[in-house]
Amino acid sequence: MRILILSVALICSFLALAAPARAFEVEEFRRFGPPDAPALRVLSTTDTDVLAPLIESFLADTQGIAIEYTTLSSADLMTAITHPKPGQPQFDIAISSAMDLQTKLANDGYTRRRVPAVSAQMPDWASWRGHVFAFSQEPAALLLSRAAFTGLELPKTRQELITLLRRHPDRFRGRIGTYDITASGLGYLFATQDARTSDSFWRLMEIFGGLETRLYCCSGQMIEDIARGDLAIAYNVLGSYALARADLADRIVVVEPQDYTNMMLRTAVILQDTELEKEAGAFVDHLLEAAWSEPPDPAYPFDRYPAASGRQGAPYRPIQLGPGLLAYLDKLKRTRFLAEWHSAITQDETKVP
Amino acid sequence: MTLPHPASDLRTSGSLVRRLTFRLLLSAAFLALVLFLVVLIFVRDISQRTHDSILFASATSIMDSLRVQAGEITLDIPYAALSMLGNVSDDRVFYSVRNNGRILTGYEDLPAPAQRPVSGSPVYSTVGYRGTSLRVVTLARRLSLDSGPADIEITVAQTREGQTAELARLTRWALMLGGGFFLVSALIGIWAAQSSVQPLHALTGVVSRRGPKDLRPVRHAVPSEMAPLVHSLNRFIERLRVSLARSEDFIAEAAHRVRTPLATVRAQAEITLRRVDKTENRASLREMIRAIDESSRAAGQLLDHAMVTFRTDSLERKPVDLDVLARDLVDRLRPVADLKDIDLQFFCAGVSAIPGDAILIQNAVRNILDNAIKYAPSETSVLIDVRQGPLDVIISVTDEAGGFPPGQDTAALTQRFVRGSNAAGTIGSGLGLTIAREVAEAHGGRLIIEPSGAGAGACVSLSFPLR
Repeated sequence: MRILILSVALICSFLALAAPARAFEVEEFRRFGPPDAPALRVLSTTDTDVLAPLIESFLADTQGIAIEYTTLSSADLMTAITHPKPGQPQFDIAISSAMDLQTKLANDGYTRRRVPAVSAQMPDWASWRGHVFAFSQEPAALLLSRAAFTGLELPKTRQELITLLRRHPDRFRGRIGTYDITASGLGYLFATQDARTSDSFWRLMEIFGGLETRLYCCSGQMIEDIARGDLAIAYNVLGSYALARADLADRIVVVEPQDYTNMMLRTAVILQDTELEKEAGAFVDHLLEAAWSEPPDPAYPFDRYPAASGRQGAPYRPIQLGPGLLAYLDKLKRTRFLAEWHSAITQDETKVP
Repeated sequence: MTLPHPASDLRTSGSLVRRLTFRLLLSAAFLALVLFLVVLIFVRDISQRTHDSILFASATSIMDSLRVQAGEITLDIPYAALSMLGNVSDDRVFYSVRNNGRILTGYEDLPAPAQRPVSGSPVYSTVGYRGTSLRVVTLARRLSLDSGPADIEITVAQTREGQTAELARLTRWALMLGGGFFLVSALIGIWAAQSSVQPLHALTGVVSRRGPKDLRPVRHAVPSEMAPLVHSLNRFIERLRVSLARSEDFIAEAAHRVRTPLATVRAQAEITLRRVDKTENRASLREMIRAIDESSRAAGQLLDHAMVTFRTDSLERKPVDLDVLARDLVDRLRPVADLKDIDLQFFCAGVSAIPGDAILIQNAVRNILDNAIKYAPSETSVLIDVRQGPLDVIISVTDEAGGFPPGQDTAALTQRFVRGSNAAGTIGSGLGLTIAREVAEAHGGRLIIEPSGAGAGACVSLSFPLR
């Protein structure tokens, strides 16, 4: 039975990624700026409210342009660009947290080159071949429910988490959550980077599997479950999302693991087919300026981490932009990785050699 | 003996230094070009090999991840297989894995190589793909499955922007290397050309620094190629020395042989004149004495002229005070002038010494002064004036002998044996002004003949440059 479910899940996830010419689903659409001005069309996986202040401050400085901001999932974003529907409007900019997909867009020739005005302030790893530009660093954090840890020391590293779970399996059984990486692009990115960085990832997954870990498609539900106390631990959730929920802040502890903390880079690309190259470039410059130049822009919605955090020894490890990310997009590799992950997280007996 | 000055009429067939320099520069340019091309080809090859080997390593690591699992071929593309390409340059990366020509994973439209690779050896090619140029490596391997053999083809490709940029940089380096090589070898070439004619300059210096009377053979060490030239030069100098010695001997001999007997004959004629009483005989004898005087004077002037010619050929320059020299002459000739009631007037404003041969200058001035006294009528004055101009010292002799007849070509008077048309009654050979002119010119000066300021006579001037 389990094998059957696994196979179906694998096939579905596979189809979801590979299905061509699939229509994309718009989550939210908002237009900023004067109604009669030509609009810069931005496709984004970032919530409109998060970037709205930056968009407003851009429009305040730039006359005669509007911005049409469309949010959608990272997979849909990819589809909208690589397999456009007939009659679909021309998009100018894509903003996404899926670094691998953004890299693939640039690699496959869907993007345009630009030399940003703030390139001197940007660290080398914050852009790839002048096509993909990172404008935030967001840590993959461990969310803990304050209530669930009464009387326990909070784990600071993965090893401490493993030890803790081994000592108190019953206390945490069924109260651990993480992304379902077959459904979440960001979960998949973090899982693959974890697997690449440290062997303790698979050990952790095995333990998670033994403790009946609950899988989530999205971060929102996970954060609410933590706050309610249904979940004690949520692994690999963007700390920025948790901190954004100010109403829940006192019930949630955000831990950035000391052994290493993967930093997701939110990136922007200028699309190849844009007819507003100058304006699109100016908007990307605006995002980068807010992220990298001094003094910090009050409209910038993310935490600023030092640009030098890419150096060795620091716990913060920005995920490296570049063709290496394409390896995990390979369909055979992805299938293998998902199967292995499934076998660990669901304690399935079918082993992948 | 002075060598002729680098004469403007000497024909030259180009410059040795220029010719040598030109050829050395030409060969330097050629070698620099060859160096540039060789380096360029070499670095292009190295750069291509480097990129190819990284592509090959990438393809090999993908090949190593091939597994057969339950009769199915699967593979796990290593992260490093693609990230290693990203570490070299920011180029775009494409790959495909095919099983018997059917795509297993990767980019389906990535062109397969025209040539089927043999198992184990990679095939490299450069193809166009999605509007850009790709460097492609393809590896092949045959796997045996239960269902039959499977021919696996792994292709890894990368765009060439990074490589192109690197090649442009390397080309600039090669260009700078070639340019630098050319500059250095050009400098060495110019130096070599200059120094190879150095012995010629040295020989020229040795020969031209010689004193006028120095006719010793050249003993300066010269490169073996120049030895025949110096040998010929030495033989020429020797011939010249012998010939000059003969001329000197001849002049001394002639002076001795001609002048002495003439003096004897004149003395005898004078004695005889005192002895004879007959009017016709006395007239004949006077005529004879006159002819002897003329011959004696002509011989003297001929010898003077020969002497002047010889001395001007090997002019020795020593400081000469022209005012002292002229005053001496005036004092010596004053008795002769007094006999004709001619008043010699000497003016001198004090002049600088000029470099020259005192004997020659004395000879020239004496000839002019002789002429003036000889042609001037009695009861007149002859003015001798020594003065200094901005560049020269001028001695002028002005008489009141009526000047030159109209139509007289004054320039012709300085030719040998040409005499003024009003000189018929006077003893003379026509060599006086020639001697004066030759002396002046040997010193770089001039002889000027012009009517005197008052118009009553002629003014003959000699000018000698101050340096």
